[in-house]
Amino acid sequence: MATRAIAIEDVKTGEEIIAVYEHPFVVRLCHWVNAVALLVMVGSGLQIFRAFPSFGAKIPQKDLLNWPKAFALGGWLGGALQWHLTFMWIYIATGLLYLGYQIFSGNYKQVLFVQRDLPGVWPMVRHYFFFGPKPPVREAYNPLQKHAYTSAIGLGVLSVVTGFAVWKPVQFSWLAWLMGGFHWARLWHFLIMWAILAFVFGHLVMVVLHGWSNFVSMLTGWKKDPEYRTEE
Amino acid sequence: MPTRSDSRKFKTISRRELLKLTPVLALGAFAIPQLQTPLLKGGLGFSDWASARLFRSGHLAPTFDESELTPFDKFPINGYDVEDPQVDFDKWTLTVSGAVQKPGDYTLAQIQALPKFTQITRHICVEGWDVIGQFGGVRVSDFLKMIGADPTARFLTVECADDYYESLDMFTATHPQSLLCYEMYGMPLTREHGAPLRLSVPTKIGYKQAKYLTDLKVSHVLEKAGYWEDQGYSEFYGL
Repeated sequence: MATRAIAIEDVKTGEEIIAVYEHPFVVRLCHWVNAVALLVMVGSGLQIFRAFPSFGAKIPQKDLLNWPKAFALGGWLGGALQWHLTFMWIYIATGLLYLGYQIFSGNYKQVLFVQRDLPGVWPMVRHYFFFGPKPPVREAYNPLQKHAYTSAIGLGVLSVVTGFAVWKPVQFSWLAWLMGGFHWARLWHFLIMWAILAFVFGHLVMVVLHGWSNFVSMLTGWKKDPEYRTEE
Repeated sequence: MPTRSDSRKFKTISRRELLKLTPVLALGAFAIPQLQTPLLKGGLGFSDWASARLFRSGHLAPTFDESELTPFDKFPINGYDVEDPQVDFDKWTLTVSGAVQKPGDYTLAQIQALPKFTQITRHICVEGWDVIGQFGGVRVSDFLKMIGADPTARFLTVECADDYYESLDMFTATHPQSLLCYEMYGMPLTREHGAPLRLSVPTKIGYKQAKYLTDLKVSHVLEKAGYWEDQGYSEFYGL
């Protein structure tokens, strides 16, 4: 796809570097606001979970896991609910803004995993996890990355949908029903959080491995000297 | 084809792009203690506003089959203070006040003279657990007609024998499943479950379904939202 690219000439050495405008402003804004919101949702969610660390019936209550308070936010159930019910709107708003922007700008093509990306997944997995050869880099995102980001967006949507089933099991009774009932909705909401955290962990590992220029691109939009070349 | 630029010019472009992100720093306001409380109160208030918009008077809470009932002895008792506030049933009345034509003391027999409804609904606690229970009583809406409540009034507040207090918005109070409940599982309410009279409101979270009612007031303005609301919980908390 067409990406804005410039050739930079180093004023001292005269060397030439290519820079690509990879992340539009709205994407960067949504990324960082959503990252903060996600952190708050997880922390406050775990504090809410501490009030009844179980799924199913109250009696006999089996505590599934007593989550350490150090990772929880809000101090007590009421405080955590305030955080959760405040930041969920920020989380949803940035999610919607991101999705809307991606769809209407066509920028989604950069990241959306489609059938054409399928053959490229295994070579990337082999490279990342089994010391396989590095497949050629042709786009901003490789097939495995597209898969990861597309899944993460899907998980984000599911976290909201399951959240509404738990928050509004009467007004959205059909949602809770779709998820197998109120208990299951609560369990899904919890499991989806872990899936998102697994993504975040992998994401952070990759950010560290890919170095500074890649990290800066999510701040300024520009990636210096990308591995791929773009044509306009 | 890439357009050309020198590294100084590129630095300027990058810096401008970075500065565009400064609105993200506004989130830091949540870390400032003086701002945190009002911001979170605002967020909770917004959620309550959205909850009220999502509430539909004609939409019923799911009802269940008798086979799905949580056994009566497994129905948790969550008192905020005492489990049995020692209500004297012989002297008990419900004291009605506020925007009503017929204020005064109502006996249980007067209340029970209204049409009786029973429902098997889910009772959800703010803590996260839930039970499916059977509740019997009279519709709050029927009682409001009996006492001649002002139809333009917006709130109903109750006080309890254990000094607990709660409120309902009028839309929820007049919902067909909102009951002044005097029976659970086909038996008169036990003391622990709020005898002689409690609220059963399956469209609300558990803490809004007050037990051991002693006073009921109809009002245009909300003076006291409720005990847990005063501790920082949601005022509306519709399910």
